[in-house]
Amino acid sequence: MLEELKTNIINTIVNLKPGEIGIITNFSVDHIPVKLQEMGCLPGNEVRLIQVAPFNDPLFLNVNGNFLAIRKETAELIEISKVA
Amino acid sequence: MSKTIKVALIGNPNTGKTSIFNLLTGLKQKVGNYPGITVEKKEGVCKLPNGDKAHVIDLPGTYSLNASSADEQLVVELLLNPKSQDYPDLAVVVTDVENLKRNLLLFTQIKDLNVPTVLVINMADQIERRGISLDIGLLEKNLNTKIVLVSSRKNVGIEQLKETIANYKQLNTTGCVDLRKIDPSYFSKLEDAYRGEDLYQLWLVVSQGEPLLKINESLLPVNEYSERNTSEIKRLQQKETIERYLFINKILKKAYKVDITKAKDWRGVLDRILTHKFWGYVVFFMIMLLMFQAIYNWSSIPMDFIDQSFSRFSEWTKDTLPAGALTDLLSEGVIPGVGGIVIFVPQIAFLFLFISILEESGYMSRIVFLMDRVMRRFGLSGKSVVPLISGTACAIPAVMASRNIENWKERLITILVTPFTTCSARLPVYLIIIALVIPDQTVLGFNVQGLTLMGLYVLGFGMAVFAAFVLNKIIKNRSRTFFVVEMPGYKLPLLKNVLYTVIEKTKSFVLVAGKIILAISIVLWFLASNGYSDEFHHAEEIVRNQSQSDQLSEPDIETAIASYQLRHSYIGTVGRAIEPAIRPLGYDWKIGIALISSFAAREVFVGTLATIYSVGNDEEATIKQRMSEDVNLRTGRKLFNFPTGISLLLFYAFALQCMSTIAIVKKETNGWKWPLIQLGFMSGFAYIVAMIAYQLLA
Repeated sequence: MLEELKTNIINTIVNLKPGEIGIITNFSVDHIPVKLQEMGCLPGNEVRLIQVAPFNDPLFLNVNGNFLAIRKETAELIEISKVA
Repeated sequence: MSKTIKVALIGNPNTGKTSIFNLLTGLKQKVGNYPGITVEKKEGVCKLPNGDKAHVIDLPGTYSLNASSADEQLVVELLLNPKSQDYPDLAVVVTDVENLKRNLLLFTQIKDLNVPTVLVINMADQIERRGISLDIGLLEKNLNTKIVLVSSRKNVGIEQLKETIANYKQLNTTGCVDLRKIDPSYFSKLEDAYRGEDLYQLWLVVSQGEPLLKINESLLPVNEYSERNTSEIKRLQQKETIERYLFINKILKKAYKVDITKAKDWRGVLDRILTHKFWGYVVFFMIMLLMFQAIYNWSSIPMDFIDQSFSRFSEWTKDTLPAGALTDLLSEGVIPGVGGIVIFVPQIAFLFLFISILEESGYMSRIVFLMDRVMRRFGLSGKSVVPLISGTACAIPAVMASRNIENWKERLITILVTPFTTCSARLPVYLIIIALVIPDQTVLGFNVQGLTLMGLYVLGFGMAVFAAFVLNKIIKNRSRTFFVVEMPGYKLPLLKNVLYTVIEKTKSFVLVAGKIILAISIVLWFLASNGYSDEFHHAEEIVRNQSQSDQLSEPDIETAIASYQLRHSYIGTVGRAIEPAIRPLGYDWKIGIALISSFAAREVFVGTLATIYSVGNDEEATIKQRMSEDVNLRTGRKLFNFPTGISLLLFYAFALQCMSTIAIVKKETNGWKWPLIQLGFMSGFAYIVAMIAYQLLA
């Protein structure tokens, strides 16, 4: 019950479906490399899921206009709020 | 007196930096040698309109001065070290008009180092197609820089860039972002602790710690500063990045507009197919199949031509020059030896052509994306695919290409298994043996020899993956992994860039390999045409006495004498001494000699056999014909028969017969441990597999 509630409230990039857009809300700076942030992965920026590879990993994203791919384990750490 | 201005080309990967380098320097460029330096260093000279010269260095593609790979590390180290002989007078930052926002991040960092900086906005020909409108004047004013619009595809803007380089002293060196705004108390404290040092440089050293300290020893106590709290540093780095983007966004909002309705783009459609869960792999496999069939089929015509030309040339030398030792050296040693390597130029050129197209078009990143999950099962990364594919050209640049793999363990495994992939130096060996032992037939529309070659490539990849699987179980992980890969837009490869890569790589292959082969073929020729034993000196009498009863024709006797003499020459003696060790693999002493001499580099195998089969031979026949007619004295069958051929193919597929690879692995892993383990494992495995194969087939 609690688990369900949690996943309903906190979405991460992994919860996006191809074509869906989210706004990055929060992540821990200790776990997200500077390089990814420099590529536009910062709170407030838009992220769109373009494509997932087989076994749902890695994920092909458009973050703040940049096209890049990251692994699921990283995407799980980036919280978002869904837009559409 | 004209002077030389030192220019560093800096930019994100995929911004067309290398195209601009090519346009500036033309073919007057040199690529640094692998063993002496750590990263491939491209330099060139460019003449400026005012008569001065620019010495241009093409630095490795960099996303940021916060280095996360060895290549980026090099860029930061250079820019922080005014004492370095390569320290630039001027930084030319190359950006792509479509990704201007992200590309400007690096620009603001470079600018904050207070180096004179020019901003190149490349791919200007795309401005209209993408519906972009740019206000250059406004950008120049706000960024405090000079901007040059360039289209490397259409060759526009290069003259203007040269002019700007010539007048670099007029450039404004004001920085972009003031760190003190980010966290006033932290940064003023840092500044106070090291009076007289530049704050941004100080911050780079603090935030990146150890690796940068060796440049500026006066900052040694910084170490304690940075160890204080990594979490705090990361928070500050994030704030800094946000601050930089705020700065950039504010400017771009006014000066850069995109009208999406006017944009035309294929990338969406292409990505849907090329990264598709099923079709993506189908396309990938088709491209690989096409690539290897093409390499085999397209190059056979020029190769036959080169083969015949060299044997005719050798014959001509023999007939034209006065008889003597020097003529023999030329016609039997040098010409066949060099011919043995020149013949592979067509194939190597095609291979580099394909690899460079894969990279230039942006398709390589899609392969990385598709393969990451699969590769991770074996302890590799999707990025290992790049070294593994470029390993089909040469293991040395491939091992260096592993540098952009962030995780140490994944990188080490990639380095260790990459030499299993079929490199271009193996091609000469494979091709001659395939031609000798595999029938030239067509099955289901495919050439069997071509399929065998493809099979060997698959075997190489398979072995690399299998070895990675084993190593993944053994090696312990050193650090947490993360993986970010940019998916650049698709581009039609620029003919000029592709050709430059092909020419430069082929040239260096021929020159490097050519030198070794030339030296070895001269030594071999000497050893094969001289001997110390009675048998060598009295070969003619001995053979004639023996064959009196056999009623042989005169040419047959002469051939018999030549081969008897060769057996008892210096080299024959050595070869026969090692024969017991290689007999279980189906090899005779001649192959044994070739194995030893090709330890330096695999392709020497062919040159060696070419020399051995030429000594004392006057018939006009290609080396291939002579090899195919040779009979193993011990078994009485043809020497290059099916079991021996397969055994040789397998031996060369697995053995680490390449000194340059050993040298580069030592360099990249910082010691002898890993290259020696690699050598022992690969060559030991090769011996065993080749022996099993021969024993089963014979």
